Amino acid sequence: MRTVLRAALAIAAKDLRIETRNRTAMLTAGAFAILVQLVFVFARPPGEVSLSLLAPSVLWITFALAGLVVLNRAFLLEREQAAIEGILLAPVSRMALFWGKWLANAVLVVAVLTLAFPLWLLFFNVAPSTSLLGVYGLAVLAALGFTGAGTLFAAMTARTRYAELLLPVLLLPFLIPPIFAGASGSIRLLQERPFDEVAGWLRILVMYDVAFLATASLLFPFVVDE
Amino acid sequence: MTADPLIEATGLVRRFGMVRALAGVDFRATAGEMVLLLGPNGAGKTTLLRILAGLVRPLRGTVRIAGADVHRDPGARAALGFVSHHAMVYDDLTPRENLRFHAALHGLDAAEREIDRALAAAGLSARADAPARGFSRGMLQRLSLARAALHDPVVLLLDEPFTGLDPLAAGELRGRIGDWRARDRAIVAVTHDPAELWELASRVVVLRGGTVVHDSPHPGDLQAFRTTLSGLLAA
Repeated sequence: MRTVLRAALAIAAKDLRIETRNRTAMLTAGAFAILVQLVFVFARPPGEVSLSLLAPSVLWITFALAGLVVLNRAFLLEREQAAIEGILLAPVSRMALFWGKWLANAVLVVAVLTLAFPLWLLFFNVAPSTSLLGVYGLAVLAALGFTGAGTLFAAMTARTRYAELLLPVLLLPFLIPPIFAGASGSIRLLQERPFDEVAGWLRILVMYDVAFLATASLLFPFVVDE
Repeated sequence: MTADPLIEATGLVRRFGMVRALAGVDFRATAGEMVLLLGPNGAGKTTLLRILAGLVRPLRGTVRIAGADVHRDPGARAALGFVSHHAMVYDDLTPRENLRFHAALHGLDAAEREIDRALAAAGLSARADAPARGFSRGMLQRLSLARAALHDPVVLLLDEPFTGLDPLAAGELRGRIGDWRARDRAIVAVTHDPAELWELASRVVVLRGGTVVHDSPHPGDLQAFRTTLSGLLAA
């Protein structure tokens, strides 16, 4: 267990070091998140749909699409010089690779979310309140499970010639539960409804995280082995 | 051959779609052996090395490295060093960072000393802190060799190890292979030009169509063996 943890931390640290050096995922996903929000602001028929009604859905759509950009990058950097084989040759379980990649992906997706969140407040005139912390917390919780499923599918598609196209097609159906639960919970939080009304959605997100992280980590070794 | 083998593969079968890559290959190598693996393109040489390294699973058969099943026991890979056509390093990291990463994966203590030694042996000390992105093919190959040997493995699998190396670096690599042999490592090297490693080899194995068609101790004269090899591949 300690060996897996040590290797997973080394893999995550390596991914984050590469990202701080070239900033490819953050710049692309950050710019994408801004553009998606702007598109929604300008595509809205003025006076017919209020920004406050649209805001929670836009946050979750932005979050999911920008997350896909981060996940697409995750295994592409392993393809250069077949670097992933260097990890597969190490005396550690394949699960260490999953947990390391998941940790780095989760950190990057949460970083993009943190970047996009204040812009979302600005673009959609969301009034500052303590419930925003709850909305942010729901998104972080969703990111944990979403990146679990995404890490598995990104590893699967990275071997193919059409990785960038295949990943969204495979992953988006699995994002419906966290997006639905997250958006529903966010709407209730922004309307300052009692916590009981949010608790059910919170439970769904926790169950999604546990189920997808456990399943993805168990399936991962079969995906990376030739 | 009475010593316990460091590499023991039995009944290896592997297909890629309809293509038969290996059709029941048995292979073993003991400490201090340097096996030259020859054969035409598509003979199954690289597939055999990748199966021995645990990177490709055989459809049938087992591989034991230093006594442990390489496809079941991740710890068995600690005994392996593998050099392939790709450097298996990150272009955005420096050689030192790449080796630090691999040292961490292998749980090496006192890694910095080993890394400095590996960089010096690879002739990369001067470029140790420059990103690998600008490296030539030969420099990447030297970094790949440093990565593969960093944890001092007892089994070295080398797939075309001279690719991209200049004559000086190729001579240095031959010296290192001789040193590994003297230190009782088992080495398997794939090459298209047997002359590159002829003097260092202790055994020659020839694959054709996924089967072993020749396995003998060092035949001595290279020219005579070339004639034998032509006959084997033409048959």
